[in-house]
Amino acid sequence: MADILSKGGRDLLLGNEAITRGLMEAGVGFASTYPGTPSSEVGNLLEKMADKVGMYFEFSTNEKVAFEAAAAAAASGVRSFVFMKHVGVNVAADPLMTLAYSGVRGGLLLMSADDPSCHSSQNEQDNRIYSKLALIPMVEPSTPAEAKDMVPAAYDISEELGMPVLYRTTTRVNHARGIVEYGPMAEAKAKGRFEKDVQRFVNVPAFAKRNRVRLLELNAKAMAMSEKSPLNRVEGEGPVGVITSGAAYNYVKEGLPGVSILKLGFTNPLPEKKIADFIAGKEKIIVAEELEPFLEDQVLRICAQKGLSVPVYGKRSGHLPMEWEYSPETMRRLSGLVDVEKGPEPLPLPDVELPGRPPTLCAGCPHRGIYAATKKAVGKRDVVYCSDIGCYTLGVQPPFGTADFIVCMGGGAGAAGGFSKATDQMPIAFIGDSTFFHAGLPPLVSAKFNNHKLTMVILDNRATAMTGHQPNPGTGRDFGGISTEPLDIEAIVRSVGVDFLEVVDPYDVKASAAAMERALATDGVSVVISKRACPLELRKRKALEPRLCEVDQDACIRCHICLRTIACPALQKKGDDVSVDELQCIGCGMCVSVCPKGAIKVVK
Amino acid sequence: MKYSIQIVGVGGQGVLLASMVLGTAAMEAGHRVAMSEVHGMAQRGGTVLCTLRFGDGVHSPLEAAGGADLLMGFEPVETCRNLNLANKDTKVLMNLDPVYPSMVAAGFEEYPKIDDLVKAVSDVTDNLVTIDATSIAIEAGKAVTANAVMIGAVAAAEGFPLGKDLLKDALVANVPKKFVDLNLKAFEMGYEYMSSKRKRA
Ligand SMILES: Cc1ncc(C[n+]2csc(CCOP(=O)(O)OP(=O)(O)O)c2C)c(N)n1
Ligand code: SF4
Repeated sequence: MADILSKGGRDLLLGNEAITRGLMEAGVGFASTYPGTPSSEVGNLLEKMADKVGMYFEFSTNEKVAFEAAAAAAASGVRSFVFMKHVGVNVAADPLMTLAYSGVRGGLLLMSADDPSCHSSQNEQDNRIYSKLALIPMVEPSTPAEAKDMVPAAYDISEELGMPVLYRTTTRVNHARGIVEYGPMAEAKAKGRFEKDVQRFVNVPAFAKRNRVRLLELNAKAMAMSEKSPLNRVEGEGPVGVITSGAAYNYVKEGLPGVSILKLGFTNPLPEKKIADFIAGKEKIIVAEELEPFLEDQVLRICAQKGLSVPVYGKRSGHLPMEWEYSPETMRRLSGLVDVEKGPEPLPLPDVELPGRPPTLCAGCPHRGIYAATKKAVGKRDVVYCSDIGCYTLGVQPPFGTADFIVCMGGGAGAAGGFSKATDQMPIAFIGDSTFFHAGLPPLVSAKFNNHKLTMVILDNRATAMTGHQPNPGTGRDFGGISTEPLDIEAIVRSVGVDFLEVVDPYDVKASAAAMERALATDGVSVVISKRACPLELRKRKALEPRLCEVDQDACIRCHICLRTIACPALQKKGDDVSVDELQCIGCGMCVSVCPKGAIKVVK
Repeated sequence: MKYSIQIVGVGGQGVLLASMVLGTAAMEAGHRVAMSEVHGMAQRGGTVLCTLRFGDGVHSPLEAAGGADLLMGFEPVETCRNLNLANKDTKVLMNLDPVYPSMVAAGFEEYPKIDDLVKAVSDVTDNLVTIDATSIAIEAGKAVTANAVMIGAVAAAEGFPLGKDLLKDALVANVPKKFVDLNLKAFEMGYEYMSSKRKRA
């Protein structure tokens, strides 16, 4: 197993492991995040080892807070790293736009882990565009090895310019594995001092106007650096030039033999002269990049401005797609333009009907209980299930169907307020504990403030489960030599003055359904807190008490209500009989509480 | 030389560990290595797919459909679902032990007969080797060592470019200390299985 604290040598590292090592080789003293795939492993690693290298690390309540905290550290001269998944940058965008005006003293890297193909995301936005919007430099690694090496390189850029740098990755960098050579570790400086400079750090209009000019001047300087940067380099010769960055480089390098490649790693501002020099004299140019034509449109503009009449192919010419991540197959779309490596013919898919295998809530997942209870309480009422982002999103699947509207973290609760005013339907907003702290409190307060009629169900499973069970304010923290008490969600909600509040145990489906009935009958803002720890998290901590359910075959009347309401994967149907898969069952007893005949018992 | 392995299975079957073992061995053999893995949803019972590529000029962590030299199927339905990763010359190693998707377990969907799945695959390729890796693993001492059985089998497969000793070392380096012996036993049993299959063929 890889030891990223290793003194030297090499290892087969996941991109996120390599990046974490890069932080240590760059002497980063402050790191903050809100978890999100494909960036999450970095936080999980830092949780374990940041203090070992003298780095401060925290899981902040959301990305905005994480960004602001890192910005302050960097303004105080401490090398800082703030990281998140792509949609997290939307949350952090407000401070980002203005921090660019202030700049930093210690280097600040914002890692945006984008997710082309939406492997674990609700959209596939291309965050490279943020570098242009904020007018900050950007680097894009292509492989795990490069991801590590670009961390110190990006800090040098950040500090030379005094600007935050966007360090942009994608799933196939964060979750790729490759051979990484360990370099020397640098000493982390975790404390600095904030030297006041009102004109820079207080962007009242008069100062902001001037800082915008300063920012534009710094961008000119950044472009000069980009022109000379070894991160932007030409590989190979030939009449066909390919301009590429990020993961796409790997497919170009392997799949298009005989082309000349301009590999861009410093991708904002682009080295316009270097690009023009590369294009001049070429027969044709291909731009290969995932998602938006970020490079391509700039290349087209550069050609127009410099009067270069070399044809440019890519997305705008219809050869390469704008949707989804690239792969070696994507390169084959260029076959009319260049020599492409053609692979062997794939086997046909076999002619048998295969059952699907969508991800599902785990056996004994408490979310199952509260969904079953809610469905029972709702009955035929006309409700809109506003859901949110987390494991509980899987409630969209049968038999629950408890998700009608999902946009973003905290969005379900906000939308519930809108539905309550704009329709006569009853909005029910499901929100996880981590999501509640992230973005759930403002909509709850707004609901009370504006007299919305809605029910908010807080699914408090004592973890940020979906992204790998990180701690959140509701669990307290206990790592890196810092211990804090859990925040009490019930007390927080009560302080808002909601019209109804009950805490239920979702394993007791009957009692939970009764509480949901009372909540739905409330005229005003009602909140139900469904509190029960995620069993997977308990198991990870070796805190799960082993218990088991058993079906009494004589008492069972084969009504299959247990399967239709809880649908726990530990319940198996063989023929007409229901039995328990002992390997999966955790003995939570949810099925016990829905069986009309009391045929299921928790044994041992 | 360039070699591509696609490993498919279900969360919890040890697909990631198997890819780490094979990847480590490839690295130790002095090859360039590029891998990719699917994270996240795998934990919730979804499909897992790992790609491992090594050899001269390897850059891409992904492989095109049809590009695999070896397809390791840890689960029969997943092997079939991903058969287009293979071509007619690809070695296909298919574990016959099913993991039922939740809708199958709950009786809402049917799991095909294993024989039908085997037939469907052998209808389109002559390079299928089936293995009861889970039974062999149980015989070795623990069902979870099925991945070591699979690696052992691969080590004995015709034309597999990584040596047996390298693979064993990589296995030892990647499993917890107290399970080393168990895993090595499972590995050897997988190796034996494939060797005797080849002798018979
Ligand atoms: C803005 C934003 N940040 C991060 C994520 C990644 N993310 C998806 S689910 C999730 C965890 C939610 O945890 P919780 O609300 O407690 O629900 P659970 O998974 O525990 O059921 C996170 C952090 C995201 N989708 N959007
Ligand atoms: S990880 Fe926890 S919260 Fe997520 S589905 Fe599994 S049991 Fe439920």
